[in-house]
Amino acid sequence: MSDLRELYQDVILEHSKAPRNYRELAGANHKAEGYNPLCGDHFTVYIDLEGDSIRDISFQGSGCAISKASASMMTQIVKGKSREEAAKLFEQFHQLVTGHANGNRDELGKLTVFGGVSEFPVRVKCATLAWHTLQAALEGKQESVSTE
Amino acid sequence: MNALANSMPQEFYPPMADATAANYRVEEVRRDFPILQQQVHGHPLVYLDNAATSQKPRAVIDTVSRYYESGNANIHRGVHFLSEHATEEHEAARRTVQHFLNAADKREIIFVRSATEGVNLVAQTWGRTHVGAGDEVLISAMEHHSNIVPWQILCEEKDAHLRVIPINDRGELLIEELPKLLTPRTKLLAVTHVSNALGTINPLRQIVALAHGRNVPVLVDGAQAVPHIRVDVQELDSDFYVFSGHKVYGPTGIGVLYGKLALLEAMPPYQGGGDMIRSVTFDKTLYNDLPYRFEAGTPNIGGAIGLGAALDYVNHLGIDRIAAHEHDLLRYATEALLAVPEVRLIGTAAEKAAVISFLIEGIHPHDIGTILDREGIAIRTGHHCAQPVMQRFRIPATARASFALYNTRAEIDALVEGIHKVKEVFA
Repeated sequence: MSDLRELYQDVILEHSKAPRNYRELAGANHKAEGYNPLCGDHFTVYIDLEGDSIRDISFQGSGCAISKASASMMTQIVKGKSREEAAKLFEQFHQLVTGHANGNRDELGKLTVFGGVSEFPVRVKCATLAWHTLQAALEGKQESVSTE
Repeated sequence: MNALANSMPQEFYPPMADATAANYRVEEVRRDFPILQQQVHGHPLVYLDNAATSQKPRAVIDTVSRYYESGNANIHRGVHFLSEHATEEHEAARRTVQHFLNAADKREIIFVRSATEGVNLVAQTWGRTHVGAGDEVLISAMEHHSNIVPWQILCEEKDAHLRVIPINDRGELLIEELPKLLTPRTKLLAVTHVSNALGTINPLRQIVALAHGRNVPVLVDGAQAVPHIRVDVQELDSDFYVFSGHKVYGPTGIGVLYGKLALLEAMPPYQGGGDMIRSVTFDKTLYNDLPYRFEAGTPNIGGAIGLGAALDYVNHLGIDRIAAHEHDLLRYATEALLAVPEVRLIGTAAEKAAVISFLIEGIHPHDIGTILDREGIAIRTGHHCAQPVMQRFRIPATARASFALYNTRAEIDALVEGIHKVKEVFA
């Protein structure tokens, strides 16, 4: 059970049950859809980008606890950040969930609760789906992104 | 003959008379499957993903090994000893399949890669010959993608239309809709025998009779039926019937297309190459006879021989006894899962085989799958390559436990216990 507890930490379960920023964003000027064909997880990420800064962000869709909690906590942490900062966070987050984190995790803050994902390689895509979708939205891609 | 005495794959199994589950000794059966003896994450493996692929009995593993150790040669062309012997074994496997399906003629058995390739073969040969602009191909709402996409490709190419027989909330075909869906433009009905996502057994004889009443031939996807229930293609009167070897305890990469002789005779070739020809000049190629005309290139000889061994094994246990055993498991599992208040079953047809798709309220199937895995329990989670079924029930995915001849009631108890662990994690 212990590595399951590492994966399904209370913070993650709490976010999956009550996701933050879970709505369509009226003033969004960037938006992208993300899809994980393996399990059918499907999210839309909405961004209100002002200049280089993420003024507001939200998401909607359906997915497992890991993907939903990841999306919820991602919206919290990138709000107010620049594109570059968001991209850097994604890189660090990716290293964390794939077990390649080295050194400083400070910037990830609460996101370190996803460290347990690295013990479950097939779940990495769940944890990163929202981030891939965020990246696509920031790049202004119109087509939906897929984790495959 | 020494080398070959060991390589003869077809061991003689006495048939067992009693077609009930009562004297089915599942613990003895389990000993035939080496893979089942292992632990996963510190727990005994509980393998409930049989609709994805089945495990292989020792008899199949040994037959394939023996073939490569002492019987390997190319077939249909060598005058030497090993080639003749390999050809004999390959053709013996074809006869085993023929008898298993009760096909009238061994030329009606075409070896392919998989059920999927069987469907594609029919779509690309019979389909391209008979389906034209404005015509219709009729499928059902519970098809696996492998019995949807080949027809979509054909319809797109020919400017034809794909029509769909709907299903009800229990996951049963609305047979009463069938007469009006069979129109003068309907060229083919392609339907599954058993649904991989819902477990529904379709009333094929009734469906085939209705279709034949309108002169519409029927292709049946038997991938989920052949391992679980008796299939008699003459009794069903289906025109084409496909299945995969790996779901019926045989190797991967081998499958079967059954087709009525008259239909196969009239079909153009599928792939060109060696073995499917009688003579080749640059002006004209004469094609080989059935079934070789549809088996271009060196086939999966070891796979076919392994499939023969798998069907011998099933015959040895008796498909009716297997069906009775699995039916007992299905009933036991259905009751056990329904006793968990948060569990909802997807697919509650009156006639079902060996598959339970379920949801736990508030918990995504993918999370169920991960937590059960840590208990050593292998199930499938996702859309099961049947996305239209998921759309029909307005769900993104299900968790699916599917049973085979080696599963036990104790394993279903382990599944239920695992489901309680899932609820604990999410409590």
